[in-house]
Amino acid sequence: MGYKAKFRVWRGEGGEGKLEDFVVEVNEGEVVLDVIHRLQATQAPDLAVRWNCKAGKCGSCSMEINGKPRLGCMTRMSTFEENDTITVTPMRTFPVIKDLVTDVSFNYQKAREIPSFTPPQDVKPGEYRMQQIDVERSQEFRKCIECFMCNNVCHVIRDHEENKQAFAGPRFLMRIAELDMHPYDVADRKNEAQEEHGLGYCNITKCCTEVCPEHIKITDNALIPMKERVVDRKYDPLVWLGNKIFKRSGSSPAKSG
Amino acid sequence: MDIERHEYDVVVIGAGGAGLRAAIEARQQGKRTAIVCKSLFGKAHTVMAEGGAAAAMGNVNPADNWMVHFRDTMRGGKFLNNWRMAELHAKEAADRVWELEAWGALFDRTKDGKISQRNFGGHEYPRLAHVGDRTGLELIRTLQQRVVALQQEDQELHGDAEAYIKVFAECTITRLLKQGPEPEAPISGAFGYWRETGRLVCFDAPAVVLATGGIGKSYTVTSNSWEYTGDGHALALLAGAKLINMEFIQFHPTGMVWPPSVRGILVTESVRGDRGVLRNSEGKRFMFDYIPEVFKDKYATSEEEADRWYDDQAGNRRPPELLPRDEVARAINSEVKAGRGSPHGGVFLSVVGRLSPAEIVRRLPSMHHQFKELADVDITKEAMEVGPTCHYIMGGVEVDADTGASSVPGLFAAGEVSGGMHGSNRLGGNSLSDLLVFGRRAGAGAAAYLDGLAARPVISAETLQDAEQEAVAPLSRAGGENPYEVHHELQRTMNELVGIIRKAEEMREALEAVGKLKERAAGTGAPGGRIYNPGWHLALDLRNMLLVSECVARAALLREESRGGHTRDDYPAMSAEWRRKLLRCALTPGGEVAIEEAVQPSMRDDLIALFDRAELSKYVTADELADYDALVKES
Repeated sequence: MGYKAKFRVWRGEGGEGKLEDFVVEVNEGEVVLDVIHRLQATQAPDLAVRWNCKAGKCGSCSMEINGKPRLGCMTRMSTFEENDTITVTPMRTFPVIKDLVTDVSFNYQKAREIPSFTPPQDVKPGEYRMQQIDVERSQEFRKCIECFMCNNVCHVIRDHEENKQAFAGPRFLMRIAELDMHPYDVADRKNEAQEEHGLGYCNITKCCTEVCPEHIKITDNALIPMKERVVDRKYDPLVWLGNKIFKRSGSSPAKSG
Repeated sequence: MDIERHEYDVVVIGAGGAGLRAAIEARQQGKRTAIVCKSLFGKAHTVMAEGGAAAAMGNVNPADNWMVHFRDTMRGGKFLNNWRMAELHAKEAADRVWELEAWGALFDRTKDGKISQRNFGGHEYPRLAHVGDRTGLELIRTLQQRVVALQQEDQELHGDAEAYIKVFAECTITRLLKQGPEPEAPISGAFGYWRETGRLVCFDAPAVVLATGGIGKSYTVTSNSWEYTGDGHALALLAGAKLINMEFIQFHPTGMVWPPSVRGILVTESVRGDRGVLRNSEGKRFMFDYIPEVFKDKYATSEEEADRWYDDQAGNRRPPELLPRDEVARAINSEVKAGRGSPHGGVFLSVVGRLSPAEIVRRLPSMHHQFKELADVDITKEAMEVGPTCHYIMGGVEVDADTGASSVPGLFAAGEVSGGMHGSNRLGGNSLSDLLVFGRRAGAGAAAYLDGLAARPVISAETLQDAEQEAVAPLSRAGGENPYEVHHELQRTMNELVGIIRKAEEMREALEAVGKLKERAAGTGAPGGRIYNPGWHLALDLRNMLLVSECVARAALLREESRGGHTRDDYPAMSAEWRRKLLRCALTPGGEVAIEEAVQPSMRDDLIALFDRAELSKYVTADELADYDALVKES
């Protein structure tokens, strides 16, 4: 094979930048990240791009290819026609540092706001007993490679900077669901998901699920079930009555599945 | 130019499994800890570990225990391992895995609800705790989330989440700082730059833990990520510490071979642990022809016996596909050289018909995904084409087994950057457990060192100035040599001349080439500014890759035998005399790599007594065997 491809790559820093045109060699079996690397080695040594494993396992090379959030290492050049112009831009929801590299600190901030795994105090390491079927639900969410493309594509924050404060994004709402479904987690996460992390903002358009490179069913398996649990809690007449009659204590009862 | 300053008790360089576990330990012991890493938090190379963490929990086969694990580890390393490290590792791995579970990890389960364990090459019993084939990701995420949990605790207690543990992500360390130039002068800090801004940064800290991983980026075909430029190995050398076992590099037998752009990407050993078989172009299951003498009584000699083993391990011997990695890699190399390779220069690895398609997807989800997305191959229907890929360096910083301390006061190392634990060849699954066991020990070692320290060593203004000049030099040589070209040439050199099969004249040629590349690297330039400039970053990384490559080639040239991850075409046999020798690399004042021979410490009596005489006799000298006989007679 081997041909010359037309690339338009966003270049710039400090809030300014533009698309730059390149003509670059492409060989059989290559992915977009290979082509970006060839640009670095031959035409633009200071072209900034994040990457680590080049095997779809670390979630570093998130970018937008022809406007779609993709991992550069998992986007094969054979999915394009040879005379296509391929446009590569940084993730739009996060501030650009330089070229294709964005400031993703929003995600690390949100990660720190989600209360951590809370096991019962009387279980010692080595004593945990769980069935495969009970761990599989949370395991699906733990496949997440933190590419942050779900947060990037979510219109709640993609188009509304002002929502960033109140909304953890699909990645971290899924983290809450993961902990809520963990067989040994005893924290009550339902009210908090709604009130502190903005679960209510999600209107299940499934954009996050569509871009997930791990094919995690974020909306169907994490966000919707979490919404249902919140609703059960809010509108369960017994819970409502209990809340009215007894003063709520700080700790919650052991949760049900 | 102004330099950002920070003061910490412990600086951990690297945020993979070893670094995070070390940092967690140091923080849990009350030390103010900085984690400095080249990538974003949670992206370290550890995420690529697939198979699992080896720990003799005995959940699947209750006959397993630390002594069996210890024996397997020593055998896998062809008895060149630091026995004390192998002992600590075998004894503590289970506790470290269980601890992860208490921090939220969700391993696959056995029917009775315990952590499931899978078979792997060289392990006598099913021993690897795993999560499908993405165990490394689970390990990193769990440790990352543990760091966050500690930060949340600190937020509650001190009103500052970063009061006791802070992550400096996308920050590269270029120099370790010491109180003085002599090798025994104590560590006083570390110097580097922020990748995002190019700003220079200096950490004042009496203790530094190196946890920087390996060196694979000096090779063309590698399973390693970009970070694996041997930074910790080089930083240690430059600070006066010693490296051992640098000639031993593990070529993982099964990397992808096609398409060319993914050549080297790992295909997990779990494929073979889960019934996968290797065949050549004639359809022959060739591993039966490659069972070495030392392993003859432990491996099946017929396909029927090998296939029965998966269900009845007590009554059958293991399939030869599960020989240690060095053996399988050499076998594949020989088949391809003999003209019996696959169309793209590998061999065939297949699970088709040996597991149901649904089972293949469940047990090997990321392999299924990886082949489908990158090679257009459906592994439930077709064989994978695989071949050896540079995967892991057994060699590294010579450390005290119990504390991870190097010969430089205040400098510690854990994980792949340390040497000794795996001898001449690492067993699959022993890396993740190594990271946890020795990460924790290095963190504790650093904390104990601080407790015994009378005063914090100081950073001299002169050292700082040198470090600053070195770091910014490529930026002032905008018209200089292209660092990408120097890098590619180094990779080709090491791949072709100091690869899986080695010859004296080729290694001499490699050393000459490395010498010339050193000169070229000194003239590399980086056009562009300071902000996230990968050309500049690479120009600085070259120093490390070249130093480490020189160590590998020099040590490999000296060791005139074949053992584990070091195969000499001109010295094909293993030598009992050489087993007693360690090659120790150090830097001369002139910046040259010098190697001295040292004696491999002898195993403690109660440990050597765990082995049969017949097995030991294949490895040790007549003198050592006489000592063993006397010991057995006594008891």
